[in-house]
Amino acid sequence: MSGLRARLSHDAAAMALGGKAVARAMQENGVEVLPVGSRGLFWLEPLLEMETSLGWQAFGPVSEGDLPAIVDAVRRGAPHPLSLGRIEDHPFLRAQTRLTFERCGTIDPVSLDAYASAGGIQGLKRAIDFGPARIVEEIAASGLRGRGGAGFPAAVKWSGAAAATCQEKYVVCNADEGDSGTYADRMLMEGDPFLLIEGMIIAGIAIGAAKGYIYIRSEYPHAITAMRRAVNVACDHGLLGKAVLGSAYAFDIEIRAGAGSYVCGEETALLESLEGRRGQVRAKPPLPVHHGLFGKPTVINNVLTLAAAPTILAKGGAFYHDFGRGRSRGTMPVQLAGDIRFGGLFETAFGPTLETLVSEAGGGTRSGRPIRAVQVGGPLGAYFPPALFDTPFDYEEFTKRGGLLGHGGIVVFNDTVDMAHQARFAMEFCAIESCGKCTPCRIGSVRGMETIDRILKEADNTGRIALLKDLCDVMRAGSLCALGGFVPYPVLSAIEHFPEDFAPRCL
Amino acid sequence: MSNIWSEERAKEIVAPHMLIRSGLLPALQAIQLEFGQVPRPAIAMLAHAFNLSRAEVFGVASFYHDFRLDGPAAPHVLKLCRAEACQAVGADALAESTKARLGASWGETAAGGAWTLEPVFCLGLCASGPCAMIDGEPVARLDAEKLFALLDEAAR
Repeated sequence: MSGLRARLSHDAAAMALGGKAVARAMQENGVEVLPVGSRGLFWLEPLLEMETSLGWQAFGPVSEGDLPAIVDAVRRGAPHPLSLGRIEDHPFLRAQTRLTFERCGTIDPVSLDAYASAGGIQGLKRAIDFGPARIVEEIAASGLRGRGGAGFPAAVKWSGAAAATCQEKYVVCNADEGDSGTYADRMLMEGDPFLLIEGMIIAGIAIGAAKGYIYIRSEYPHAITAMRRAVNVACDHGLLGKAVLGSAYAFDIEIRAGAGSYVCGEETALLESLEGRRGQVRAKPPLPVHHGLFGKPTVINNVLTLAAAPTILAKGGAFYHDFGRGRSRGTMPVQLAGDIRFGGLFETAFGPTLETLVSEAGGGTRSGRPIRAVQVGGPLGAYFPPALFDTPFDYEEFTKRGGLLGHGGIVVFNDTVDMAHQARFAMEFCAIESCGKCTPCRIGSVRGMETIDRILKEADNTGRIALLKDLCDVMRAGSLCALGGFVPYPVLSAIEHFPEDFAPRCL
Repeated sequence: MSNIWSEERAKEIVAPHMLIRSGLLPALQAIQLEFGQVPRPAIAMLAHAFNLSRAEVFGVASFYHDFRLDGPAAPHVLKLCRAEACQAVGADALAESTKARLGASWGETAAGGAWTLEPVFCLGLCASGPCAMIDGEPVARLDAEKLFALLDEAAR
């Protein structure tokens, strides 16, 4: 008996958890493997979906040794302990609102046909009909804000670049996803790369650019390969090239790999790096929309911002705006990470509280220990104690509580975490990754580490803690970009919410 | 990959990157892929190719953590994640036992010469930590036992 088909996640995380061996075992067991991206339920990776008489049935986490028994169970229509039923019915997915990640994990990432038949390309077709002005109007109506961290309204960037009279303009995609606890860009590029390509073309039409660059960090070799393959397929099928889908618009995309610098995720440092220089930040103004890549008007957006555009164009700005609350509209792919039971991608309309995300969706800690802190928004985000878990996931609400959403990553720490150590690490990370341009960041981060070391050694450290706070003030006010400017968030929040960890220690 | 410098070979690999705009970074990446490092003679060669000063090229190469200016890595490279999401699930302890096992600290090549240990700040596998990259292949949900077994397997 043959003809069995299965979808197997080929996401880097699935591969890191033994996916390659599972793929090999499937071939040995006579199962045809359809490579897909990840659904984002990482505690179930490697996740396998087998085609059965009852539809697609999921199994996970699967190891190569499980394969013969699973294949046998599917052939006999018998139950198997790793069976999860229809993955769409899984509570973790049912509780989500997937707009950007609707297709991720369901289709072959390199098949443009699969992408189009799963609802792709509709946004671009409408964008071509609409023309630049109406595209920007739809983006403005959607309320879409930059998903990279800053939360700047996307339509303001787009209309600024569209208004520039220069002939040569660029769309740059920031795929330098360096924040720990975030992986949505990686998942999307590996699992649904055409969505990003479509979003970039829409941005290109909106602003009058014919060339786009995707800057992907070198720590993501799978994503680089996936995007390069997708761009080649898009060129072969006329999605990219001199006449996008046969229209009067031209658009090409070039993939560039980073070289291990965190600060290149800052937009002006990224532009410097793309131009072949050291990734040192530029002073703003001039803003990239006026003076960006190669000095030309440039829209630079995060992967998720650009990937939201096709949905907005296909379904209308008002449709997207209906999700969310306050000034945080649409959906955010929240990334649950660290010591968490159900770690994975949870795309939701803005608004659920941290408690809902961490305890309900995330199921608490993987270790079973109590939660002591979560860090939201990457290495430059604040640490929140459980007392602040009533904070809704919303740009303004987080700002009010002294935090930031950043790129939507939530890292959960259990009660064994040493918050002084975490504060010191924030300074150490800043010292390692500082581009060196601003003295408060370059030198201040080193002094910050030393000060924290002394705080823990001295019997009376109140003066040192005041000094550390003062240093944080200088860094915040005296740094050009968010690296030096935001590293005070984790440090000050650790001191504020966990003062007991900064008590002097016997060494 | 050959570690022996050849200007002729270097020119060959750099040539396609001179056709694209601002190709210095891709050219450096291609050089490192070929020679396992950015050898000193490559700095002068790239400066000439891109009409830059040697200081400018060295400035770029030394800015980015990926480029090796002090010799090639060992035959095997372990990049262990040091970032917060992995710290939350025991990455610091794993790093300490790995350093002890290899007899090498961050950036060093182990005594036996088989492994270079490097820190990495996030591989984007943050729901499945602690994680690492062994010779370019990601591995996740590690503990010391699993990691050491993978290291033995890779070095075999």
